[in-house]
Amino acid sequence: MPSGTNRIIVTVIGRDQVGIIAAVSSVLAEAQANIVDISQTTLQEFFAMIMMADLEHASLPFAEIKQRLNDKGEAMGLRIDAQHEAVFNYMHRV
Amino acid sequence: MQFSAQEIIETIRMVQMENLDIRTITMGISLRDCAHSDLSVVAARVYDKICRLASRLVPVGDEIERDYGIPIINKRISVTPIALVAESTGAGGYVAVAEAMDRAAREVGVNFIGGFSALVHKGTTTGDRALLASIPEALAVTERVCASVNVGTTRAGINMDAVARLGDIVCDTAARTADRHGIGCAKLVVFCNAVDDNPFMAGAFHGIGEPECVVNVGVSGPGVVCMAVKKEPDADFGALASIIKRTAFKVTRMGELVGRAASEKLAVPFGIVDLSLAPTPAQGDSVARILEAMGLERVGTHGSTAALALLNDAVKKGGAMASSYVGGLSGAFIPVSEDEGMIEAAQMGAISIDKLEAMTCVCSVGLDMIAVPGDTPPATIAAIIADEAAIGMINAKTTAVRIIPAPGRTVGEVVEFGGLLGTAPVMAVHRWSSAGFIARGGRIPAPLQGLGN
Repeated sequence: MPSGTNRIIVTVIGRDQVGIIAAVSSVLAEAQANIVDISQTTLQEFFAMIMMADLEHASLPFAEIKQRLNDKGEAMGLRIDAQHEAVFNYMHRV
Repeated sequence: MQFSAQEIIETIRMVQMENLDIRTITMGISLRDCAHSDLSVVAARVYDKICRLASRLVPVGDEIERDYGIPIINKRISVTPIALVAESTGAGGYVAVAEAMDRAAREVGVNFIGGFSALVHKGTTTGDRALLASIPEALAVTERVCASVNVGTTRAGINMDAVARLGDIVCDTAARTADRHGIGCAKLVVFCNAVDDNPFMAGAFHGIGEPECVVNVGVSGPGVVCMAVKKEPDADFGALASIIKRTAFKVTRMGELVGRAASEKLAVPFGIVDLSLAPTPAQGDSVARILEAMGLERVGTHGSTAALALLNDAVKKGGAMASSYVGGLSGAFIPVSEDEGMIEAAQMGAISIDKLEAMTCVCSVGLDMIAVPGDTPPATIAAIIADEAAIGMINAKTTAVRIIPAPGRTVGEVVEFGGLLGTAPVMAVHRWSSAGFIARGGRIPAPLQGLGN
């Protein structure tokens, strides 16, 4: 990838509820993805959680992890997405 | 964290709520080595080469879309102008090559392939004449092939013989696709000062100074710019320009990222990012609405040209710094049928062809996707092309005409093309004839602006 790293940004957007962090963390842990950072904020009336994870030693490919996160989000009525870190690097850093 | 939550949320908002997307990844392919004396051999070589080089274009585009979470709307192909590739066959027409291009496009899964083209700004060769003669049939029998003809440049002037000929070709193309509202004309662009590395259809072709194979990217994002403008209703023009520049910068960075990733994955050199604001008929993806957000009641009213000039310039200034290689058309597009705000303005009579022509003086590209009455005479179409080419020639910029004389339709009716081509309200043209002017023939000499050495 152009950025040279293998980190992803996971975003969770939806209504706040018990177990969001646990759900996302468990998907990442199953894939041996290391959580580097975590923060939360609000987007209009919605809850937004942002996690950075390192896939350097991950046991699953990015596409599979992303799919699992999408599925987990769907089950919880949340929008969980994952994008490569390069997107944010390119847009916000010169 | 390396990024603030606000920055991350801003990116997510742009993509999920404001239609930020990459409009196209276009692979440019040289077909110069496909020349042969036998037309069927040329067609076979063209098919093979496109399939070979572009086989991974669509899967790679999908992969990038998934990795970065940025929608990539179109994957497309541009090729060397076919008039050059097929000239040595001596054939009278090149429809067989268009059919080969169409089959190849279908095989690799791209929705449009551009380059059924000729460059005739100073005159026509045997190959150019054969290509021009084939355009109506080629556009009628193929689905994905796009044609373009360059009829003028600032350096050469305007080839008015070709302009007159194209008046007939446009009308003939409409007639041959009359069962589909003249859709063939939506795939035919007449240029002045055409560029070699345009990734946008229908006017894309792979110019003669381009490498063997290259990846060009067209960004989009009118919705993102519109939301940014709407948030600051009281900003003065300096502040407004600044807001647009910042937004354009971010949008273009996505194009740069996607272009570099595609180039790396396809092992093909990265060409350019085209900074155009390209609308679609979808809600929230309109250039017209940006101009209205600046304070115009309807696009097309007085002030529209000034608003568009500011927008176009600010987009370029913001984008130019965001990418290492900027090229293509790079400016705001104002197609009528492909822009929800333009469609509405045309339907209510707020915008006319004359105002659109004025607006093309300050933006890319030209009179684009405009339906006119089906009985518009070829000389009138030619004169519309001549006017637009004159604007391009004098201002040393690209201009183009993509006009559809909608068969059997008249002013006030609407033509549905569907998909990205959208909905075109039939607009009025002047009823006084231009035939005497067009019949003169010859070439309009290059202007003083062309004598820059």
